[in-house]
Amino acid sequence: MRNHVVILPLDDLSNAACEAVANNVKGTLALPHAYGRLQFGEDLDLHFRTLIGTGSNPNVAAVVVIGIEDQWTSRVVEGIAKTGKPVTGFGIEGTGDIMTIAKASRVAKDYVQWASERQREECDISELWISTKCGESDTTTGLSSCPTVGNMYDKLIPKGIYGVFGETSEITGAEHLCKARAATPEIGEKWFKIWKAYQDDVIEAHKTDDLSDSQPTKGNIAGGLTTIEEKALGNLEKIGRDCTFIDALIPAEAPAKGPGLYYMDTSSAAAECITLMAAAGYVVHTFPTGQGNVIGNPIVPVIKISGNPRTVRTMSEHIDLDVSGILRRDLTIPQAGDALIDMIVRTANGRLTAAEALGHREFVMTKLYRSA
Amino acid sequence: MSAPHVLVHEKKDTVGVVVVEGLKGGTDMLCVVTADDTSFNLPAKMDIPIGHKVALTDIKAGDTVWKYGQDIGKAVAAVAKGEHVHVHNVKTKRW
Repeated sequence: MRNHVVILPLDDLSNAACEAVANNVKGTLALPHAYGRLQFGEDLDLHFRTLIGTGSNPNVAAVVVIGIEDQWTSRVVEGIAKTGKPVTGFGIEGTGDIMTIAKASRVAKDYVQWASERQREECDISELWISTKCGESDTTTGLSSCPTVGNMYDKLIPKGIYGVFGETSEITGAEHLCKARAATPEIGEKWFKIWKAYQDDVIEAHKTDDLSDSQPTKGNIAGGLTTIEEKALGNLEKIGRDCTFIDALIPAEAPAKGPGLYYMDTSSAAAECITLMAAAGYVVHTFPTGQGNVIGNPIVPVIKISGNPRTVRTMSEHIDLDVSGILRRDLTIPQAGDALIDMIVRTANGRLTAAEALGHREFVMTKLYRSA
Repeated sequence: MSAPHVLVHEKKDTVGVVVVEGLKGGTDMLCVVTADDTSFNLPAKMDIPIGHKVALTDIKAGDTVWKYGQDIGKAVAAVAKGEHVHVHNVKTKRW
């Protein structure tokens, strides 16, 4: 779908060197982020899983990894190398930024020229891995853009694609419906434990009053959503009418049970969620929005779908697919689903999404707890 | 059918969503239930912005509010049929 040459920092200290390499070598993509020092346990595992997963994503052709020290840098390089794609790591300690940048830039230049000669090959639509998460939702998302994604999944999951949805906190109010959409009672229980753990360990442990100040968001409320229950019910429209999910994944975990729909434990914050889904191997993202979320991702094209006629008019440069006809009753949800499938195919064939054209490259690592 | 002013998810729902911009109080609203394509008319009691909800029935304080055929919270003030339903008169039952 895409063929990026990524300059990947192991840690926050290596962002400057990575950005310098990306500035030296045109057509490469640095992915600066805030973390990677003194993390431990499950949080450190997630850090490595996210970096290795990002480098391993099929939209990435080759990777240069730069870290402050060699050992953890090598761990990321070895993880990405398992895919067979070109990857080289550089440690800054004992070398300094300037020499590291020079050496890494030479490798990056070779990679980008090699990648530029790769040709697109036709493949069946069933080979796609398509993720979803909505943002700046309003009542129109539950009526139009989320059911459009749901209709796409109802049509493509039976053809053998991989799908994924997440947003653990935003299923609150629809958890009984979500649990019932698990393929087996055991998967439903596994999912429910993840949802309940978030309620108990994060929300109950850290809330000072209630979550009404951030869930629904101020943008959601401006758009007419009143409660988390209402937001969750609209959110869940994204998984359609017929699909059941076949596993509940931890953050950035690659699906391992074959084609089908998966749930992933993610934040409902758009950049964190899409970064985790991309690290699990998903190559294109479908993003319903009501009030107009402008999110993108550096390696995964994010297709924006909106059914709010005001947003489609006032923020047209951000919207890839206008489904506002559903509100006027001159477009049916199955027709909108077909239009989305067509847009996914065009995007796979190289059409830049609005977010890509506008340079949205939000790459945000999920952190589970404070570093040591 | 002309374009509706309000869409309602399920027959059981006590609120619907205004889907046109600039809806004025006094408008005789065409409301369509998307689950079965039935329709009815309802006068708007006030201006309601696009995306915001309107009460389809009189709702008492303490009543559960229904949308998608599901519980979306409770009324914390009485709402008359045709009035605006939002954070000033409905609250979550969670958090």
